[in-house]
Amino acid sequence: MAKKFLSGNEAFAEGIRLARPQVISAYPITPQTIVVERLSEMVEAGSLRSEFIHVESEHSALSCAMGASSVGARAFTATSSQGLLYMAECLTYASGGRFPIVMMNANRSTALPWNIYGDQRDSISQLDCGWIQAYAADAQEALDLALMSYRIAERKEVSTPFMANLDGFVLTHTYEVVDVPEEEQADRFLPKFETDNKLDLEHPRNLAFSAGPAHNTAFKYKEHVGLCNAKAAIKETEAEFAKVFGRQYPGLIEEYRTEDAEYILITLGSIAGLAKETVDRLRKEGQRVGLVRIRYLRPFPNEEIAKAVSSAKAVAVLEKDISFGNEGTVYTNVNSALHKAGLSIPSSNYIGGLGGRNISGEEIEGIFGELKEHRAKITFLGIGGDGK
Amino acid sequence: MSLNAKTLREDEFFYGHKACAGCGGSLAVRIALKVLGERAIAVLPAGCMSAVGFNFPQLCFGNNAIISTFAGTASMLTGIEAGLRAQGITDFQAVGFAGDGGTADIGLQALSGAIDRNDDILYICYDNEAYMNTGVQKSSLTPFGAKTTTTPAGKNIHGNLRQKKNMFEIVAAHGIPYAATASIGYLDDFIRKVEKASKIKGTKYIHIIAPCPTGWGIATDETVEIAKEVVDSGLWYLAEYENGEFTLNRRPKAFSDVGAYLRKQGRFSHLTEDDIHFIEQSRDAKWEFIDKTFKL
Repeated sequence: MAKKFLSGNEAFAEGIRLARPQVISAYPITPQTIVVERLSEMVEAGSLRSEFIHVESEHSALSCAMGASSVGARAFTATSSQGLLYMAECLTYASGGRFPIVMMNANRSTALPWNIYGDQRDSISQLDCGWIQAYAADAQEALDLALMSYRIAERKEVSTPFMANLDGFVLTHTYEVVDVPEEEQADRFLPKFETDNKLDLEHPRNLAFSAGPAHNTAFKYKEHVGLCNAKAAIKETEAEFAKVFGRQYPGLIEEYRTEDAEYILITLGSIAGLAKETVDRLRKEGQRVGLVRIRYLRPFPNEEIAKAVSSAKAVAVLEKDISFGNEGTVYTNVNSALHKAGLSIPSSNYIGGLGGRNISGEEIEGIFGELKEHRAKITFLGIGGDGK
Repeated sequence: MSLNAKTLREDEFFYGHKACAGCGGSLAVRIALKVLGERAIAVLPAGCMSAVGFNFPQLCFGNNAIISTFAGTASMLTGIEAGLRAQGITDFQAVGFAGDGGTADIGLQALSGAIDRNDDILYICYDNEAYMNTGVQKSSLTPFGAKTTTTPAGKNIHGNLRQKKNMFEIVAAHGIPYAATASIGYLDDFIRKVEKASKIKGTKYIHIIAPCPTGWGIATDETVEIAKEVVDSGLWYLAEYENGEFTLNRRPKAFSDVGAYLRKQGRFSHLTEDDIHFIEQSRDAKWEFIDKTFKL
């Protein structure tokens, strides 16, 4: 393993190089561009043997990736924000077709107003499209996710596309020291892509067909089962990953000092780093606080979250997302998990980081402070109002 | 010896589908696949041919075939071609069959991108001159005067007010290795062009007129005849673009009667003598350009 000083985007590109996709379809959008730039350089230099397709839009980026996947090739693309929305039609198409494509999404605000900075409204708006959704917290995790993503997505019982999310700029453009595995290690970890779900010149097939009312539910049920199967696949893949690379990831959620915590913050993405620091600071003051970082929004860790917070007095969900007219979508999902587990823990929702607005340690501390009041409420950080 | 209707293989690759009686589009797909054979991988976007051919469990393609998104015919072809090539497989033909709306409207961007990259694909547009699958709505390839369900013919507006978008020349303007026009009324010409295209490396485009009895308002046994007549009357033409040059394959000495062609079709039944005169004038202007620009 070599240590390198890499941004989140560059780390992800290194992970993709090691995963050896056979087709890369690329269309630039800030803050994703560096990923496709680095990959094009690797192809030019010969360190990555891949068909690099300069598509003319994000819709074509994913459509092209689906074409490649439909003939059994490993495919990669990357996007962000408006680009993700522009290809939205292809998202349900890829999952319905059971094409295990991997796509990196640089989390970015969506227009209007125009804004190139990070929030998670882009990917969270597409939660229902049938993709696995992972959220990285740092550059190392980004690289490792790139490698693990294919192994998870391509498992026969999963056969589901994988969206790896990196917070725009905060993660995509921030440099950290990253362990870059050797190709030989990566090849040992990630087998070649083999699938029966493909157009086959020796055994012709018709794919991506119509299924009317009589058959449609069965196809959709199988799709749901596939995504749920990712839970076990993630766990097993992380165990294998630890064996080869020596880094153990904690599954669908990461728990931080939750064992005896009375007040728990639930969040996702790169803000977890600051939240951990805040937890440490408050713990030193004797406050029993903890953190749950959601690593996968789909499949959703219902049981894992409920278990992690079961003894808490109150929980807060901090997310860079708002489902206008309701509340943050992560909050909705968390409350559903608590309800299904029979837990009646007061929960609050904090909407922060929209359009790249900074979330400070003081604000996170403030959230823990407010939790003691046990109020179920929605707060827009920096504004305070709940919109009602 | 090149293929013709007599020497074409007996195998069928597109059968058991539920296209309307007399469908011109299904004839174009059927014949093209007979030329290309079992190594063809067909991509069809939303549209008539995918709607009639891919109803699980009744799947009607004998070769590999897949439905793409409506806008994504060309981009999916690109991915298929690249994906197979990346695996060392090269003896196949990725072929798209998209309608006029899927090509000239929603699919134009992806098609332009594929031609720009010179991806090794064959794109066939079966042009039935409206969105027939959704019930005959105007596309940018609907001809002037045609009545559709979104260009009704009334007292104030006589159907569609726009001319057909010039896809053949738009495609040629990219510097594509090969482009051609065709008609299901002249199948030998189409067969020759599909065969020729399959042997050329890079992007190929064939635009074939494929009448739709349902949308055009003709009898189901008149499809082929009307597809001949559109060429004979000069409202369509058979041509090729190669090496930067346009070639005309067929120059009628005298055009057959435009009025007679139009009057046979329900979609033109409302046209006035002035409308027909305007269509003739437009045709003559087009042919002035063709005679000047195209080789014979």
